Amino acid sequence: MGFSGDSDSNAKAQADAGAMVGANTSAIDGANDDVTTKPAKVVLREIVDAVYEQAWDAKKRGEPVGWSSSKFPAEIAEALGLAVVYPENQAAAVAAKHGGRRLCEYAEALGYSNDICAYARISLAVSDGAPAEERPVPPPDFLLCCNNICNCMTKWYENIARRHDIPLIMIDVPYNNTVDIPASRVAYVSAQFEAAIKKLETLFGRVWDPARFAEVCANANRTASAWLRACGYCAMKPSPLSGFDLFNHMADVVTARCKPETSRALEQLADEYEQAVKEGVSTWRRDETWRIMFEGIPCWPELQALLRPLKEHGANTVAVVYAPAFGFQYGDMDGMIRAYCRAPNSVCIEAGTEWRAALCRENSVDGILVHYNRSCKPWSGYMLEMERRWRKELGIPVVGFDGDQADPRNFAEEQYRTRVEGLVELMRANSVTRENGAPL
Amino acid sequence: MSEKEIKGTIEEVFSYSARHPARLLEEYRAAGQKAVGILPYYAPEELVYAAGMAPLGLWGMEGSVRGAGRYFPAFYCAIARMNLEMALVGVLDGLSAVLAPSICDAMRPFTQNFKSARPDIPMIFLAQPQNRTEEFGVVYMTDELARVREELEAVAGTRITDDAIRDAIAVYNESRAERRRFVRLAASHPSVITPERRSDVLKSAWFMPKPRHTAVLKTLNDAIEALAPENWTGGKVVVSGILADSASLLSVFQDNRLAIVADDVANESRSFRSDMPLPEKDEAPLRILARGFAGQGADSLLHDPDLSRRARHLKGLVEESGAQGVVFVMMQFCDPEELDYPHLKQALDAVGIPNAQIGYDQQMRDFGQARTQLEAFSEMLADRGRRDCSAASSTGR
Repeated sequence: MGFSGDSDSNAKAQADAGAMVGANTSAIDGANDDVTTKPAKVVLREIVDAVYEQAWDAKKRGEPVGWSSSKFPAEIAEALGLAVVYPENQAAAVAAKHGGRRLCEYAEALGYSNDICAYARISLAVSDGAPAEERPVPPPDFLLCCNNICNCMTKWYENIARRHDIPLIMIDVPYNNTVDIPASRVAYVSAQFEAAIKKLETLFGRVWDPARFAEVCANANRTASAWLRACGYCAMKPSPLSGFDLFNHMADVVTARCKPETSRALEQLADEYEQAVKEGVSTWRRDETWRIMFEGIPCWPELQALLRPLKEHGANTVAVVYAPAFGFQYGDMDGMIRAYCRAPNSVCIEAGTEWRAALCRENSVDGILVHYNRSCKPWSGYMLEMERRWRKELGIPVVGFDGDQADPRNFAEEQYRTRVEGLVELMRANSVTRENGAPL
Repeated sequence: MSEKEIKGTIEEVFSYSARHPARLLEEYRAAGQKAVGILPYYAPEELVYAAGMAPLGLWGMEGSVRGAGRYFPAFYCAIARMNLEMALVGVLDGLSAVLAPSICDAMRPFTQNFKSARPDIPMIFLAQPQNRTEEFGVVYMTDELARVREELEAVAGTRITDDAIRDAIAVYNESRAERRRFVRLAASHPSVITPERRSDVLKSAWFMPKPRHTAVLKTLNDAIEALAPENWTGGKVVVSGILADSASLLSVFQDNRLAIVADDVANESRSFRSDMPLPEKDEAPLRILARGFAGQGADSLLHDPDLSRRARHLKGLVEESGAQGVVFVMMQFCDPEELDYPHLKQALDAVGIPNAQIGYDQQMRDFGQARTQLEAFSEMLADRGRRDCSAASSTGR
């Protein structure tokens, strides 16, 4: 089973990933490279590039530029017409282009412990003036921080605000211990949204336009819908894509989810997957002997190393949690707030387990590879328990490896390779057991 | 009370309690009182007291991680891991519930692992607001406390009345005031109130019934106050961090003649440096607790729009206590503390306050590195002291 005939290279995978978060479009190849009908991945890459270009242009015009956490309600800045860039996305770009270690070490020389999230260290280095040619960003005039992903974000942004003496707009989303979000928490977050809008209006002389906000929200919903539709093709057997593509395209959902061009590009992406299914082709140009879920943020500096043994064993990644995590849709302000309360690290273990379990069921996953990401303590902190729950609920093997989203010093390729081999062996044994009709 | 009697009281009451919380738990249970574990940080202990139950602070323990390694990766905060270890090895078996805030990235997953590992011990979850001073933050916190109150009532099997909460607030404020007084007095009698004794007195407040702790501490404080002032010739430092209660670590301070004259430590002064506020007209007691939480700050765990507040607080502590420097006891893998550190160091360096950072973890066995660092720090403080004296004498001061 699987697709064959297409050429692929590890270098290209790295280039694609690097480009999504930082590089130019020169790495594109293939028959679809037509100037009149650019492939969706090219359009998507250009959209991310444009976000950063627009920020530089705004800076040149003397307009304020914000740095924003990835799950701060982007609808607010977009509705107010404020230029914003995304340090997490920048850090991923830097890491994918092998600048992670350099900037992490720069931050460590400033006194930041190497225990701290590598995205934070990279960003703090950039904030201090360290060059980041991999994805340059203008210095910030204001900060938009939402701690629905982690509290490290709060401290990280406090440091930047202090360093630059600039306003920090902080939206606090308390952690949820239940699947449902209590009404009092929604009211608290809602009041903070209002306060954030007022503060930005006052700071920059902008006027809140409800009609513009509604338009922006409609764009965000359309983007989410297209994103979920594109991600949904992972359920096809064989899949017309690799989940690593979704890691790349997620940059658009992070940096430009409120823009109509993003909605259109993701719709185009979904259409291309539809067409690929009809034509029997895939961006995963190896056998699809095994279908796995890759749990966690990838090790951006080590994409080639991550993909290498997966390719050798025909293990395609057909599930990543980013799909449901960033594909949120809502009908009103209350729904929007509830959506922002459901970031990957702000949901309880029951919700987190079920998100992934549902993906595994829908996408016919044979096994799960868990990244114990030294940078991300809240994410890694309950994965061991999730592993047990998945084994029990799904009856599939789960294997973990140690790594880091951006600091290459925390990843050992040999350990990773051994763990992938172990997972493949377990999936094979599980498959035999299932074929023999034995209980799971 | 003589110096000998002071030491004896500390040994018999405070050190005993600080070092044997499990025995206190047994005593509570034997007396028919339910006990509730109080996890870090800023849990509303008053509500547990108001329910007639005994609060017991849970700040991990020294030892090795075994079972907790099945829940947390190795790169994790010791308090989270060791508290879970305690739950897994049965140390917490006698608790009727735990009260679990989720204010940091370590305690968020801790709550999820705890309820997975020990579903038989009710976990009362609390998600405090970071934007806590605005009215919407106070309202939200009050709502959270109302839910906590209901869940505690279910555990206690009794209602928690407003009057009981008001009474608890008074009891706790009295305890806080007496502990603050102790910290000041300890600073002026460092050879009697050694770092280890100081720690035991403060730590025991997490386990002993508050009225008893306050009563004995008041007697102790009076006795310390009556002692003749000491002519301390060693160094004087402020300690900053999450925990500084390891006997092995404190002995390193002691051996290097470093007196702890003030602290910015989470399970010490941060937990009692400000009182619950006085009620506004007809104010519901839960709202008083919410405003009390809103008034907390200068803490790595709490976001503060005033971004230099903690640095100012630390410099103020040095000034008020007459300390010569600051020792950061850095809990390994504690992001909030690690992310505050460069700024704090810079702020202290800028005004010439000597400072040192030593790493700490509850699994630590070998304190050799800390010993070397504190030896050097102590010598540096002594050299500075000698230079200052000689400069003062040469200018005729």
